[in-house]
Amino acid sequence: MKFAVLVFPASNCDIDMFKAVEDTVGEPVEYVWHTATDLTPYDVILVPGGFSYGDYLRCGAIAQFAPVMAELHKAVESGKFVLGVCNGFQILTEAGLLPGALIRNNRLKFRCHPVDLVVENNRTAFTNGYCQGETIRIPIAHGEGNYYCDEQTLERLKTNNQIVFRYQGDNPNGSVENIAGVSNERGNVVGMMPHPERAVSELLGSADGVRMFTSVLNAWREKNGAAIGR
Amino acid sequence: MAQQLAAKEPTAEQIADQKIYKQFGVSDSEYELICGFLGRKPNYTEAGVFSVMWSEHCAYKNSKPLLRRFPTTGPRVLMGPGEGAGIVDIGDNQAVVFKIESHNHPSAVEPYQGAATGVGGIIRDIFSMGARPVALLNSLRFGKLDNERVRYLFSHVVSGIAGYGNCVGIPTVAGEIMFDEAYEGNPLVNAMCVGLIDHDKIQRGVAKGVGNPVFYVGPATGRDGIHGATFASEDLSVASEAKRSAVQVGDPFMEKLVMEATLELIDSGIVLGIQDMGAAGLTCSSAEMASKAGNGMELYLDEVPQREDGMTAYEMMLSESQERMLFVTEPKHEAQAKAIFERWGLHCAKVGKVTDDGRLRLFHQGGQVADMPVKALVDDCPIYNKPSKVPDYYLKNGSIETNLYEQVLDLTGALKKVLGSPSLASKEWVYSQYDYQVRTSTAVVPGSDAAVVTIRGTRKALAMTTDCNARYVYLDPEVGGKIAVAEAARNIVCSGGEPLAITDNLNFGSPEKPEVFWQMEKAVDGMAEACRLLETPVIGGNVSLYNENVKGAIYPTPVVGMVGLVHDVDHITTQEFKEEGDVIFLLGDTKAEIGGSELQYAVFGLTEGRPPGIDLDTERLLQMAVLGAIQRGLVASAHDLSEGGLAAALAESCFGRGFGATVAWTPNLRPDLALFSETQSRILLSAKPERADELASWLAGQGVPLQRLGSVGGNRLTINVAGHTAIVATVSELHQEWKDAIPCRMN
Repeated sequence: MKFAVLVFPASNCDIDMFKAVEDTVGEPVEYVWHTATDLTPYDVILVPGGFSYGDYLRCGAIAQFAPVMAELHKAVESGKFVLGVCNGFQILTEAGLLPGALIRNNRLKFRCHPVDLVVENNRTAFTNGYCQGETIRIPIAHGEGNYYCDEQTLERLKTNNQIVFRYQGDNPNGSVENIAGVSNERGNVVGMMPHPERAVSELLGSADGVRMFTSVLNAWREKNGAAIGR
Repeated sequence: MAQQLAAKEPTAEQIADQKIYKQFGVSDSEYELICGFLGRKPNYTEAGVFSVMWSEHCAYKNSKPLLRRFPTTGPRVLMGPGEGAGIVDIGDNQAVVFKIESHNHPSAVEPYQGAATGVGGIIRDIFSMGARPVALLNSLRFGKLDNERVRYLFSHVVSGIAGYGNCVGIPTVAGEIMFDEAYEGNPLVNAMCVGLIDHDKIQRGVAKGVGNPVFYVGPATGRDGIHGATFASEDLSVASEAKRSAVQVGDPFMEKLVMEATLELIDSGIVLGIQDMGAAGLTCSSAEMASKAGNGMELYLDEVPQREDGMTAYEMMLSESQERMLFVTEPKHEAQAKAIFERWGLHCAKVGKVTDDGRLRLFHQGGQVADMPVKALVDDCPIYNKPSKVPDYYLKNGSIETNLYEQVLDLTGALKKVLGSPSLASKEWVYSQYDYQVRTSTAVVPGSDAAVVTIRGTRKALAMTTDCNARYVYLDPEVGGKIAVAEAARNIVCSGGEPLAITDNLNFGSPEKPEVFWQMEKAVDGMAEACRLLETPVIGGNVSLYNENVKGAIYPTPVVGMVGLVHDVDHITTQEFKEEGDVIFLLGDTKAEIGGSELQYAVFGLTEGRPPGIDLDTERLLQMAVLGAIQRGLVASAHDLSEGGLAAALAESCFGRGFGATVAWTPNLRPDLALFSETQSRILLSAKPERADELASWLAGQGVPLQRLGSVGGNRLTINVAGHTAIVATVSELHQEWKDAIPCRMN
């Protein structure tokens, strides 16, 4: 299985995401530049956090027009697994690959600290290694992570089981129904504000993010079970 | 066109006759010297260039004699002061690069941008050495939070630091903040950056190779920040508000691109010399690079990317537009360099050439507009030995007996007051706005004695801290200077690191005042002695003078930024109590030392008398013993005793995991003095019960005085002194005082 970590100008969690793949599943991983025009070699595409294009105009608003994004749309259609974290989540919503939008934190300040998350849906490609309803500890670091969507979208998210994570206890940004992460209808695209790649070692405070990476490896193996002759 | 523009500028004659140079901060005698070096009167551009190169900010003309007193060498020092940042060997062909720098004056008038560009500047100092920045720290001082303007400055400075560092993707891992009337109107904003480098990648800012092209990279030059260096070398006044235009505007997005491209360029091995355009922009970088190579330089100003129309040579040379770099390569590598920058969407312009005549020549619109000897600009600024005088307040304080204060009977109440004092209280409101985890290497996050950042691919880590108790320095600059270094080292040791070296930021008032110069002199002497004894040389730093407002000078604040080496991640130690039943030890002797303490300030509303004393041999012994104990795996938690003394240290150690503690102690002192004394060279340790005896005998064997105080457990902090309950409170009520102090004042 091969991972891609997309790199936009001023992505700054790209290295962390890359290292997390190496440290958790040890599968091949490559950086893919924002101008790339081919994502076919990759099975999982990770859209890392940061401040792509300086967050100018609106977080993720400029990145959605990068050349690699047309390829990302194709990859999603073909059923490849895509995870957007923080700025990556913002990019995926701006690009219309995930519903809703991320707006300014309700307390108007950037917030960096660990949060408790409830796994609301353990049937996505990235959460199959967690128990339904399990609480995990993952850090956040964002100024615009307040997830918003209209009533109809919210109903659809619930009906289709697209709410993947909710904040437990204090909601750090004012998101609708404490939403911290969502998936697309098909479940192959997940976006979340907390940073699982920062929670892959007890030395750094938590290893609860490890299963995001092992989950997608499982999902890929299941999907390709026949092909790889298991 | 050239003549039209030049016509608006005063002529060389007008500059002389109307003494226009004085507006640039150049004195009559300095002007005469400049005329001597040029053999004629300087024109407007030349006068401007000389004035910034000869400002305190660039030339250290009032502080150089003092800076020479610092020890700057050591077996691990690879590069001392003089370059963008100092470098220390940490083994395995790796080295750590670090430096601290102030942005006090800009932050006083435009706090967001002032602080943001302070962070940007120090990051460039690190990556221009070829190092990958891995951590940011800061040291901040503000007036009291009950003042609305202070709250505005505080909140915007924090936002500025966050806005810049977070975007560039370098974690802000540690810092210190103190609030005191002395800083009202003149906040201090010192930013420090730490980077990692392999020995063979170290760069210098030299313009090597006559005939080689000089390249400019980064955003276009505008009119922002003109005379920033001069502005930083004057007292702040009501008129300072009008100098907002001297404050630069930062673009962290651009910084991130310039950083990545520069590191890629350096990695490609084609750079001969590189320097960032910091204070005094193009002027300082070009003159210094030429000077360090013993060469000259020509600059073709029409080639400099400009974002405004009609900029003059003077404006381009003095602009402090941000995120710009100057580098030299061989002509054959030009295409390769350009390709690297283009990949990052950056322009790289050939703006000059290295020459052999030792002169800085500027060409603009078809003619030569300035011609100055490089050596005169860089090395020949006059150095002043200012008069020094013992201040009256210092003499008066000698007779104040702080131990005769009325006894504080409500010690639990006093502890709450001390914990709720913003200087000592939780800084979570601040650091939760900083991304302290990006790069996924932060093993000890803000809030402990020192931050610890791991080094990927090794078992090593770096411990880092900033420190300075300015009240002590004010009350006795020499002792306070020693304590600043000693406390930084103690923080490093408590985190499991071996102190390596320091960078210092000397923040003082006006050196024209003999009493201020005396503070500088004494503080530097104290710091220098501590650096020698603790074997932590000074590898670089910054001087910020003229920190004054209408009420007078700030407290003398020589901030120490220290980095230590944690030899193995297993040695990483934090301050919080770890488990029920762990045994608590107090190391070091306690005397009645209340002068300059948090108790004196928060309970009595005073800062007077003499600060705690310090014996550096005792300090060294303590630190080595504790580091040895940590490395032997005997220590569960370690916390240095500082502001608030033993009472505050015990409370803070309870906060991390919410464990209580019960301790009993019989000092030969009044309980209030004993619990809140800030006697130096003391550390609070805890150990697992089964390791406690081994720890005690190790420490005793090293000659460290210690007392077994009690044990960790329950949900209360109970302190018995001489058989009587002195303090009893639940950890949660103490925690609330401490945690809410800043948010309650800010929201």
